[in-house]
Amino acid sequence: MDAKIACRSVWKLYGRDPEGFLAAHGGAPPDDAIEADGYIPAVRHASLEVFPGEILVIMGLSGSGKSTLVRCLSRLIEPTAGEVLFDGQDLLKIPARELIEIRRHKMGMVFQHFALLPHRTVLQNVAFPLEVQGVDRATRENRALEIIELVGLKGRERYYPRELSGGQQQRVGIARSLAVEPDVWFLDEPFSALDPLIRREMQDEFLRLQTMLQKTIAFITHDFDEAIRLADRIAIMNEGRIVQIGTPEELVTRPTDDYVANFTRDVAREKLLTIASVMEAPTDGQPLSDSVVRRTDRVADVARMIVTSEVPLRVADDDDRIVGVVSRTRILDVLFSRESGAGG
Amino acid sequence: MAEAAVPSGELAVRRWVAGSGQSGLRVAAFLLAPFVFVLLLGPWLPDWLRAVPEAWSAPFVGWINVIVGVLRTEEIFGLLTFRDMSRAIANLIDYPLDFVEAILVAGFSDSVPGLPWIAVTGLAIVLGWYLQGRQLGIIAGVCFAYMAIFGKWELSMVTLSVVLVAAPVAGAIGVALGILAYKRRWFETLLWPVLNVMQALPHFSYMIPVAIFIGIGHKAGTIATIIFAFPVMARLTILGLKGVSPEVREAGIMAGCTGRQMLWKVELPAARPTLMVGVNQVIMLCLAMVVLASFVGAKGLGHDLLNRLRSLWIGQALEIGVVIVFMAIILDRLSQAWARKEPEHMREGPFHVRHPFLTAGAAVVAVSYILAAFIPALQLWPKSLSITTAPMWDALIDYIIVYAFDYLELIKATLLVHVLIPMRDLYLLLPWSALLVFAVTLGWYYGGWKVAGIQALFALYLAFAGFWERTLITAYMVSFAVIVCVIFGSIVGIWAASGPRRTKIVELILDTFQTFPSFIYLIPAIMLFNVNDFAAIMAIVIYATIPTTRLTIFGLRTVPHDIVEAAITSGCTPRQVLWKVRMPLAFPAIMLGINQTIMYALFMVVIAAFIGTTDLGQEIFRSKADNNAGKSLVVGLCVACMGLIADQLINAWARERRKVLGLA
Repeated sequence: MDAKIACRSVWKLYGRDPEGFLAAHGGAPPDDAIEADGYIPAVRHASLEVFPGEILVIMGLSGSGKSTLVRCLSRLIEPTAGEVLFDGQDLLKIPARELIEIRRHKMGMVFQHFALLPHRTVLQNVAFPLEVQGVDRATRENRALEIIELVGLKGRERYYPRELSGGQQQRVGIARSLAVEPDVWFLDEPFSALDPLIRREMQDEFLRLQTMLQKTIAFITHDFDEAIRLADRIAIMNEGRIVQIGTPEELVTRPTDDYVANFTRDVAREKLLTIASVMEAPTDGQPLSDSVVRRTDRVADVARMIVTSEVPLRVADDDDRIVGVVSRTRILDVLFSRESGAGG
Repeated sequence: MAEAAVPSGELAVRRWVAGSGQSGLRVAAFLLAPFVFVLLLGPWLPDWLRAVPEAWSAPFVGWINVIVGVLRTEEIFGLLTFRDMSRAIANLIDYPLDFVEAILVAGFSDSVPGLPWIAVTGLAIVLGWYLQGRQLGIIAGVCFAYMAIFGKWELSMVTLSVVLVAAPVAGAIGVALGILAYKRRWFETLLWPVLNVMQALPHFSYMIPVAIFIGIGHKAGTIATIIFAFPVMARLTILGLKGVSPEVREAGIMAGCTGRQMLWKVELPAARPTLMVGVNQVIMLCLAMVVLASFVGAKGLGHDLLNRLRSLWIGQALEIGVVIVFMAIILDRLSQAWARKEPEHMREGPFHVRHPFLTAGAAVVAVSYILAAFIPALQLWPKSLSITTAPMWDALIDYIIVYAFDYLELIKATLLVHVLIPMRDLYLLLPWSALLVFAVTLGWYYGGWKVAGIQALFALYLAFAGFWERTLITAYMVSFAVIVCVIFGSIVGIWAASGPRRTKIVELILDTFQTFPSFIYLIPAIMLFNVNDFAAIMAIVIYATIPTTRLTIFGLRTVPHDIVEAAITSGCTPRQVLWKVRMPLAFPAIMLGINQTIMYALFMVVIAAFIGTTDLGQEIFRSKADNNAGKSLVVGLCVACMGLIADQLINAWARERRKVLGLA
């Protein structure tokens, strides 16, 4: 499958003459040279791909370059070097007029602080992207009304942003970004400014929308729990670099370095890990239970069954073949975070 | 410090001056040392280092007058002179001016009269109600009814019509320049210094050039008002546009806005709060200026006030002053309410439910016209029914003169003999080279070489402009007034900041006083002390105390709460909390207040020249009499330079200080 949107070796340096500096070092300057010459590296040599219908979460602490990277993908920020491919076409090479057209029809973005226009009603805010395209009033307002209903704000169309709560304002932000039915959806820490209960509710709402709409999504967050909840894959960034890209389970079971391991340490593994990642190879003559678990089961769902059994259980794959065994000690290790269940 | 391994020479000097960093006195001593050295050297300095001889003074006046002469008489492209063109443009302003005046009072013809006074008053009530609530509606109604009943209706409406024409024009010019500066970097670099100087130029410096190119009269007054008021709008437009949150701008880009859509649909609307601050200030500056513009022949309240003051009819002057004050209060309140007004979602229903205030306004106008057709007193309040308070005021002044004259005279004489005159003589000894050294040392220490360079330019201009002695006299009046203002203002400020209720009361008074056009402050000064230096200083003091008081309150009230609590739990007495914790932290804010006080004082000192002083202000007045545009500009720039020196130094200091205190 071809990536919907991808970037290759993207750099973003701030300083006196970033292009010249990069060129002088053959496009890949060493860290000490960057520091010595007084350049500030926001993004270093970042490559990633987002496939159609996938949620890629870009995770990192503040200052890690995640916002800059996602703005490079939409060319809100001009990368210093690299390629940004949208449907295989390099966004950095197309003329401004064409870029505006792509933004008008194929991209939507949600912002951390909502970025609503204070002088416009909910309806006018949502209709705004259609308005700048020149869509006539009746059409765009009908379309906006549909989306407002979709995000659960029916009845508030005539309200102004300041008359709404934070959660409601972000629903408007989401509705606005969806008004043009974009293919690619950028969300820049959309729920970070909300309090925890609302945040959870909005995450559910987001997942509900995504099951209906199947957009290609780049989602930024600094909250690892949020990343795990929402992501198909996660890209972890640190000091402008992408340190690891993988499914949540891969990150937990096989962190590439201590930085990633630090994030994954406090994760509730049993909800994340599948039996496949904790099972062992069967040894001969070992007494086994009659019960069978599937390799795709989550640990949390079958833990009770395994822990209450004196002897290990058998693990079956999708074709009902036995591919391994899982013992209560392995499960207890996962539950009490003794050690990551490296294996499977 | 770790990074101090290889300090540059400059840094080393800085460190050495600061010492261990604890003693403000040490820094002050070091920074003032060069200045004091030159000062003490004074008597032995060669004459030209003390006051630049006339022969050496740059003939700025002559140069400007040559330019003015060329613009007046030389034809461009053999068709028109610059003066012809400026007059042609100025004539355009007549149309809106006549139109608004016709609506408000003059009428279009005998059969189509202007709005009856009850209509205007009614509309003011509806507007106030719409913008804020019933209370503002009532205030607006009372103010307008007062103008009618006290027989000042026509004058007031003429003044109001100038404001209603000049403010939108000035606002539009300001916004246009602001947008251009925001879009084009080079234009911004060009515009900022111009705006700085324009905002530091006293009111009168605008008038003479305008009078020369446009002539004396109502129109010229309006144009001078526009020129005076637009810089603040330009400045706030730039600030507002730059202050639009990057996310909102990005949202606009992601929606696919073109450059123009971005500006009109996203950036300008998002900058509304800042722009509305500008609108309020433009309106208030217009009112202040239109009152003063009576000097170049603007009609209205200012014109009559000027005549009454010239004839020393204090009672009548005071009465007009009260009307101007009412006008100021109502314009300020309405425009602030407009700025604060947030959009609200519309109720559904027929037109009068969706637009209740529009309907009410239309009803008011219709009903008023019908009523006024039958009762003429509702069209224009008859002179015979007008109330006047002038005799009462005159009686009050007579009473003051009879019973308090001796005391007032005594105060005045004592201050003049023992303080003011010695101080003036002392100031006159100041060599320009000492000022130069002072400005450059402080500029360098707090702002670096660039600031030091600009300071040197200002100081050299003052020295070589040819008005050094007048500059010193101005400096003496201003500094005496500022000292009084600071003492008085900080005492009131400290008192007001000691409790939330006091703060509220004092801030209300300050807000009200601040809206009055500066010209008004001459009235009580003349009333009590007649016409002289002392009265001028009194007028400055009343006017210029406001900012120091305001910022003292602000500084003290915004000291972080936990710091105050920490001090209390450390066992500080209330007095110790004030002097050891709150005052030091509030000090940068207070200094900014003093900075504004200096600017206010410089503006006022020029206006005060009207009541006879011997400073730069008087030179500006003289140049007005001889239509000497060059001189009025050169002298105006002298005043501006004094203000800019103080402004830049204090701002640089406050920035540094706030950084040290972690308040920035």
